[in-house]
Amino acid sequence: MSGQVEAPALRAAAGRPRPAVRFNRRQLEPYALLAPATIFMTLFFAWPALQTLLIAFQSAQGSFTLDNFGAMARDTDFRLAVRNTLLLLVLIIPIETTIALVMAVLAQSRLFGRDVMLYIWSIPLAVSDLAAGLVWFSIFTSHGYLNSVLQDLHLIAHPVGFLDYNNLGGLVTAIVLAEVWRSMSLVMVIIMSGIQAIPPELDEAAESLGAGAWQRFWKVTLPLLKPTLQVALILRTTTAFQVFGVVLALAGSALPVLAVKSESWVTEYRNYQLAATYAILILVLSSLSTVGYLLLLRTPREVFQR
Amino acid sequence: MSAAIRRHRRRASPQRQLAYAAAGLITAFMLFPLYLIGVAALQPRTAVFDYPRALYPSPFSIESVAFFLSATGILPALGRSLLIGVMTVVLALALGCPAGYAIARYRFAGRDLVQLLIVSVRAFPILILAIPLAVTFINWNLYDSVLSVALVHTVMALPLTILLAASVFLRIPSELEEAAMSMGTSRFGAVWRIVLPLSRPGLGAAALFAFVLSWNEVFAAAVLTVRNPTLPAQIVGALGQSPLPFRFAGGLALTLPALVFIFFMRPYLFSAFGQARR
Repeated sequence: MSGQVEAPALRAAAGRPRPAVRFNRRQLEPYALLAPATIFMTLFFAWPALQTLLIAFQSAQGSFTLDNFGAMARDTDFRLAVRNTLLLLVLIIPIETTIALVMAVLAQSRLFGRDVMLYIWSIPLAVSDLAAGLVWFSIFTSHGYLNSVLQDLHLIAHPVGFLDYNNLGGLVTAIVLAEVWRSMSLVMVIIMSGIQAIPPELDEAAESLGAGAWQRFWKVTLPLLKPTLQVALILRTTTAFQVFGVVLALAGSALPVLAVKSESWVTEYRNYQLAATYAILILVLSSLSTVGYLLLLRTPREVFQR
Repeated sequence: MSAAIRRHRRRASPQRQLAYAAAGLITAFMLFPLYLIGVAALQPRTAVFDYPRALYPSPFSIESVAFFLSATGILPALGRSLLIGVMTVVLALALGCPAGYAIARYRFAGRDLVQLLIVSVRAFPILILAIPLAVTFINWNLYDSVLSVALVHTVMALPLTILLAASVFLRIPSELEEAAMSMGTSRFGAVWRIVLPLSRPGLGAAALFAFVLSWNEVFAAAVLTVRNPTLPAQIVGALGQSPLPFRFAGGLALTLPALVFIFFMRPYLFSAFGQARR
């Protein structure tokens, strides 16, 4: 019994009966420590998230309506925005995951200069998508480095308009490259931490049974990486649905995507209903993808019970 | 080291050669764009329109950078970005350290739920918070203010700060606090005088992560500000009508700090992003 916390004399003076379940102070401490962060997240995370839902289902006068979804579907670039967001996503995620897997495996093997290499490979972790977009803009703009090199090599006679309004292939290629360049570091770090969590005995056992490096990767490492890949894919797909800065830097309004539509409905037209409706669409799409990954990369429990 | 091993080391196997080739290729892919934005930004303003463009700065000049920095609104936006970054760090540490300590040192009902919530907040499109908060902040007279952006950035940084703080506190043996407490200090005194000084480097890294997140964030900053944007929001707003030197110097200004940030964050990258299995 913790005498210094609840003075029995005090309670006796209050004349209350002993409560059946008593918390001592030590038991309440963690909740007190978590309280500020919880209150803050309720105020500025949970409450606004709920508000978005309410705004999306409200008319400007505040009554319940589904009109916002109809208005969104009739929005000029709506179909294009959905198509472009999905197109970027299905290109970016597989490419960057594959390269990141290669990077993680390379970083595990003891190559000369590994520390410098890892530093360079981590730099994009602190680069924003807007900055990445501007970096790659210097390469893809019509008088940029790619056209300069192609022209120096006499492969083209005039600069190619990679980022022209109607050049879908050029715009998508530039954005995919910039996003892959920026975010494969993050996927690499997540995968590396997953590889380090795999007990080395499993790999050694497979090697003693005569499995080659390639076979060990496919049959041992990759299956055990499933939970890690799940985390990386969920995080990255959620952010890919919100692709924003990189698109603005490279394409401007030439390639509408969902997040840019949502932002412009706020900043240009002050139409919070439609902006919130776009946000809810992004939420629904990324939740669906999360559920998809959870089902697709399901790991049987017994694998980890050793 | 035996002679056989040394010989093996010297003559790399085809597999190792392939590994070096792949590593070199990826490193070049990582570095070359960084080099090019440097060249593009460190040229005289007129050389920007040269075509075909030189792959090295000829001649070297900070004219574009000076032009960028003197453009309307850039310096105040830079100041606001720094201020919001510092506010985010202070708020995130003040809220995140106690929570991280609770996760690191206590076994309590709901601990798993708290950890699950932290992870799921990170897998949540933060974008959807900005719109209702814009409305709320207008009502609170906070809209277009430094504080409003810092609050949203704190929401984004808090989960990571809590996880990092927890992993930092876990590395400090709890016997140290118990020893201090047995000598008569309170738990708070033990934390203040023993744990916090020992966890300074780790919490410094957590602070850096929060700062970088705030420094890089575009969407919420663009939605929540009009006349008082952050540096990225100012650049986004000016993109449409800005000349090439502005964009190149802006790209360099936003990218360059990353080189420094990552240098100091490197030892903590795994505890920050590698949350796969704990």
